[in-house]
Amino acid sequence: MKAAVTVFPGSNCDRDMKIALERAGFDVAMVWHKDDQLPDVDLVAVPGGFSFGDYLRCGAIAAKAPICRALAAHAERGGYVLGVCNGFQVLTETGLLPGALLRNAGLKYICRTAPLVVAESQSVFTRGYGAGDEIALPIAHHDGNYFADDATLDALEGAGRVAFRYGANPNGSARDIAGILSENRRVLGMMPHPERAAETAHGNEDGARLFAHLTQVLADA
Amino acid sequence: MKARVHVMLKTGVLDPQGEAVRHALGALGFEGVNGVRQGKVIELDLADGTKEPQIAQMCEKLLANTVIESYRIELL
Repeated sequence: MKAAVTVFPGSNCDRDMKIALERAGFDVAMVWHKDDQLPDVDLVAVPGGFSFGDYLRCGAIAAKAPICRALAAHAERGGYVLGVCNGFQVLTETGLLPGALLRNAGLKYICRTAPLVVAESQSVFTRGYGAGDEIALPIAHHDGNYFADDATLDALEGAGRVAFRYGANPNGSARDIAGILSENRRVLGMMPHPERAAETAHGNEDGARLFAHLTQVLADA
Repeated sequence: MKARVHVMLKTGVLDPQGEAVRHALGALGFEGVNGVRQGKVIELDLADGTKEPQIAQMCEKLLANTVIESYRIELL
């Protein structure tokens, strides 16, 4: 299995993502934002951080980078995409996922482990969990307050596209949404960091199941 | 030529920063501030003859996220 991790100026979870993917069995290539082509990969991961200093809006400038045109083409071909934290913001800014991430309702940057509920297990990313499973993953963001209009939220919920919900809403996200899937369920955007809970030394391996299952599914495909 | 783009969160989208400013104004003793909405002003220095639809494209594609924000173009 092959994966690429996008790197923007200001990305800071790119290497953590690489390590988590490698431990799960992926060959990982790092791709620079100025590249306009992706290597032949199954999965593209868009990591956390502060791409372009969060200028204009979080993820807005990164979403217009050359690599994101290749990313959109990869998604259109049915490729898998995982966006975490700033990566989720980038995916909403590119339009690959609906909605937007606003400033946290409490205005504070929040860095802590958040209890989550797996809302949907029918996706390659979440099938390693059961629907309703309670897990915990680290969150670290200032702009994680998920917003979409009611019709979009109803459509997401109706189609089982809410992947994760917060157990205790930390940031004002609509309907406690922490992560959502694309229509073809191959693009996942989430604010919590599975790559920061992926090995024993992290003190929490709840995130490792996401990567492990992804590897398993792609190996069987 | 110059243009100024005003970007605001749409009505109905919670603006926690505006709310914080409203509270702070109240704490300073300013009464009757019923609401504060905070936005952005972006000034563009443009080649002469740039047409407003082109600026609108800039807003749609980058300067505003129309999922959450509205924009208004002011030609100077």
